[in-house]
Amino acid sequence: MNAQREFFEPEIVAFCCHYCAYAAADMAGSMRLSYPTNVKIIKIPCSGKTDVLYLLKAFEAGADGVFVAG
Amino acid sequence: MNNSSQAIGAVMVVGGGIAGIQASLDLAESGFKVYLIESSPAVGGRMAQLDKTFPTNDCAMCILSPKLVECSRHLNINLMTLADVLKVEGEPGNFEVTLRLRPRYVDLEKCTGCGACFKYCPVKVPDEFNLGLSERKAIYLMYPQAVPAACLIDMEKCRLCKACAKRCQAGAINLDDKERINKIKVGAIILAIGTDLYDARLKEELGFGRYQNVITALQFERILSPSGPYLGHIKRPSNGEEPKKIAFLQCIGSRDLENPFCSSVCCMYATKQAILAKEHLPQAHCEIFLMDMRAFSKGFDSYFHQAQERYGVKYTRCRVSAIKENPTSKNLLIKYQTDDGEIRKEEYNLVILSIGAQTSNKTHELAKALGIDLNEYGFCQTKEFTPLETSRPGVYLCGPFGEPKDIPETVTQASGGAAKAMELLVTARNTLVEEKTYPEEKQVEGEEPRIGVFICHCGTNIAGVIDVKEVLEFVKNLPGVIHAETMLYTCSGDSQKIIKEKIEESELNRVVVAACTPRTHEPLFQETLREAGLNPYLFEMANIRDQGSWVHSKEPEQATEKAKDLIRMSIARVRALEPLYGISLGLSRNALIIGGGLAGLTAALSLSEQGFGVYLVERESQLGGNLRKIFSTLEGNSPEKYLKELIDKVTASPRITLMLNARLVKTGGFIGNYQSVVRVGGEEKEIEHGVTIMATGGREYRGEDYLLGKDLRVLTQQDLEKVLASNPEKIKNAQTVVMIQCVGPFKPYQEKPFYCSRICCTVAIKNALRIKELNPQVQVVILYKDIRTYGFKEKYYNQSREKGILFVRFSDEKLPKLGVTADNNLQIEVEDFSLRKSLIFQPDLLVLSTAILPAEGSDELASILKIPLTEEGFFLEAHVKLRPVDFSAEGLFLCGMAHYPKLFEETVSQALATAGRAATILSKKELKVGGVVATVFPKKCAACLTCLRACPYGAPFINQEGLAQIEVAKCQGCGSCAAECPAKAIQLLHYKDEQIILKEEALLEKFGS
Repeated sequence: MNAQREFFEPEIVAFCCHYCAYAAADMAGSMRLSYPTNVKIIKIPCSGKTDVLYLLKAFEAGADGVFVAG
Repeated sequence: MNNSSQAIGAVMVVGGGIAGIQASLDLAESGFKVYLIESSPAVGGRMAQLDKTFPTNDCAMCILSPKLVECSRHLNINLMTLADVLKVEGEPGNFEVTLRLRPRYVDLEKCTGCGACFKYCPVKVPDEFNLGLSERKAIYLMYPQAVPAACLIDMEKCRLCKACAKRCQAGAINLDDKERINKIKVGAIILAIGTDLYDARLKEELGFGRYQNVITALQFERILSPSGPYLGHIKRPSNGEEPKKIAFLQCIGSRDLENPFCSSVCCMYATKQAILAKEHLPQAHCEIFLMDMRAFSKGFDSYFHQAQERYGVKYTRCRVSAIKENPTSKNLLIKYQTDDGEIRKEEYNLVILSIGAQTSNKTHELAKALGIDLNEYGFCQTKEFTPLETSRPGVYLCGPFGEPKDIPETVTQASGGAAKAMELLVTARNTLVEEKTYPEEKQVEGEEPRIGVFICHCGTNIAGVIDVKEVLEFVKNLPGVIHAETMLYTCSGDSQKIIKEKIEESELNRVVVAACTPRTHEPLFQETLREAGLNPYLFEMANIRDQGSWVHSKEPEQATEKAKDLIRMSIARVRALEPLYGISLGLSRNALIIGGGLAGLTAALSLSEQGFGVYLVERESQLGGNLRKIFSTLEGNSPEKYLKELIDKVTASPRITLMLNARLVKTGGFIGNYQSVVRVGGEEKEIEHGVTIMATGGREYRGEDYLLGKDLRVLTQQDLEKVLASNPEKIKNAQTVVMIQCVGPFKPYQEKPFYCSRICCTVAIKNALRIKELNPQVQVVILYKDIRTYGFKEKYYNQSREKGILFVRFSDEKLPKLGVTADNNLQIEVEDFSLRKSLIFQPDLLVLSTAILPAEGSDELASILKIPLTEEGFFLEAHVKLRPVDFSAEGLFLCGMAHYPKLFEETVSQALATAGRAATILSKKELKVGGVVATVFPKKCAACLTCLRACPYGAPFINQEGLAQIEVAKCQGCGSCAAECPAKAIQLLHYKDEQIILKEEALLEKFGS
């Protein structure tokens, strides 16, 4: 399905802990740093909440990478 | 207070650092109105400037920021920034305070802190927050996460060009803002004003201010910080190169003639900075030049050990007297003596000065305005037994203003200071607090989703990058969206009104706001939903600013596409969200305190003064614990007298039930509703209590080291203390007394981890001075590794040197050896670290400063209460920095030596802190629990116990049906159990698998899978 895109741009889903990694992503914003737009963050209450199911579902639905930070 | 009915149920907290924030939160959570007065433009204090914190290397801002937000949002905390206290009149219980409110020139109500104005301001000034290492504009935000998140104008630098006023779309600029004088009425005052730092320019020989690569530790902290001047990269200020050799110089403005006290934190922060420097630049050589290593608190020694062994940080015992700069390379030349006695010259690329704490003129002015006394060092004058009280009744203090101290001790004192104010104002509790009422909630279950989407421009912050119109058109067509609009500032007061109206008009039952981060703004919008009669959980935010326009400003098209994705994801999730309801529980207003020593007695008395019931359980037949074995204090007060008074008060209190010869057998329940069984004598008693405080104390190690217990001439410090009190003649006639420090059940850094027992240096010096007082002719020798007389205890170390007490340093490798001569004399042989020579003493008495161990039975109690222990066997708190007296299970607290060895006044502060923290629970009318909690679907549960093991809070249990169930009051909503459950029998409400997966699928549906 990625072939539909002109250049290969991996779609990355990130699961971030509300308290740390999500806060760090906000901080990148406050400091006007930049990173590619193809990273989309899903906030979870704790990285311990990350379920294998979410990781597999992401790949099944077409994600190219999944990233868990906490 | 003359008439208690006049007491005012409000407290003024001066200083918005971590101390003031903690005191304010504790007071506001226990029924008092709080005025939090901060002189700078934002709260956060020194901690906000730190990169990480020792000894856990937690990110300072990550742990502080939620507290800042909580403080600013609290209904009963009135935060006043740019405010100074001018005058305090009245008496305890009823003060009138005159305040000066300096102009901000920016309307706090209107400014969203978006920072769009900075770009247009033409004036650049050195940034004070980064200590001059970067620049800011004349209109600025004190720091990126500042609370309140509002800009201000530096009028001294402003050119009045009005560029900001023209650009501010919120219309927040007010150049006509004026200074105002305000009066407030409060019942008590807590001073949490912190300290200033030593001005390193005064040490001209070190070249600070002249040599670019000589910086202060606080500057280095900003350099290490990812939000600092170099974005977290370590560079030399002179040329931006990475330093290869870094030197840290200790005791700059501490332990000298100017400031004859120890600043207590510098050894540890330098160690932390060296570790972080090695993490950033593994090849760099980091060397700390110090006198004594003062790693005297929980986990500090193992951190120090780690710095050397794992990171290769070098520690050299030398106080460097001068720095010279190489004018070409800007390197810095340091001449010093190595530990082997060799004089050496070395060049370093960067030198960091570990500056100490001191108070400033501003502190002196404030002290004058408040009418409180300062001590010989310019810090707050306190008394040994009342460390949190100033010289003016009704005015309390906490934090380094009393004595230099680290964050956990500061936070501890803050809760303790709050407890003192609560005691004073007990009759006024709940008289001035506000409670908000909401309309009845609409029932939306079973309805089709009717979603309202509000897209924020955030001035130009979002709209300047993202095409919000295009996003709006896209959103309108998404399933379930009934209403969508864009707003200039979604967070403004008018916008809340509009959102409420739209919920009414369009009968919305779900809301999505696409704006900034839910971390700061979700509670605001949830509040709006509640005001409109919607359940606050039917809400979702799409973060299109902090994680959108701000990070993708150079790719507006992609940023617009990402915003669409994020909103589509939020809409998918909001459709599946369900209303959640908390439940209210009643609670017991009693505390169970285990341990009747100084800690337990102090906590019991404070809680009883506050009107709560206490069960005080002591396993011995009398109260007093270790305090019964202390007969003198450094400042010459009588602990015996103090203890007697304390016991009399506790015994006389009708609210305290004493249980002597008693042990805790069993405990169950949860916060507010614990049931325990205590065995008193032969009888078992059942009690109900809302909180539990562990105050089980510690004990002196009495192993067989150095013939202890075998030869009567060998004593411990506690034995000596007793002899000094009861049989001073015995000491008077001695010729030589030798003391050995750091005697414990560990071989340094080998079998068992070495930990510093914190009090022994001070106790040894106290007793040594007492011997010299009895007979100046007695030779007193103290054999030590490091003298750790932190804070103002340094004074007594200086005194003991003046009195001729001999200090001999030995190393871990060569411990002193004890023998008995042919004529039956004790003989101690020790190699002096600096002289490299063996010294021999034949003492009449050998006194061992032995380690403090946890009380016997601590492990048993830990298993009854299901609370963790450290490697050394002390109880482990919820968070070593910001929750120093809480356990992670709510409603359980700890104080005194059960936490770690500590001095008398530290135990008092900590015990009061547990009383303050406990009061935040016991004073509640009811406990609200539930909301985002885990829930078990019994049919799927196989009772495999995985959830019981996964939960850090002990919330899951096996119920009568033999299935797992979650104790709602214990659940913190982390969802670890839900993720671990192999049968998928547990779901975390608001984060159900379906709700998360729908979000994922919404993101990826564009690929047409």
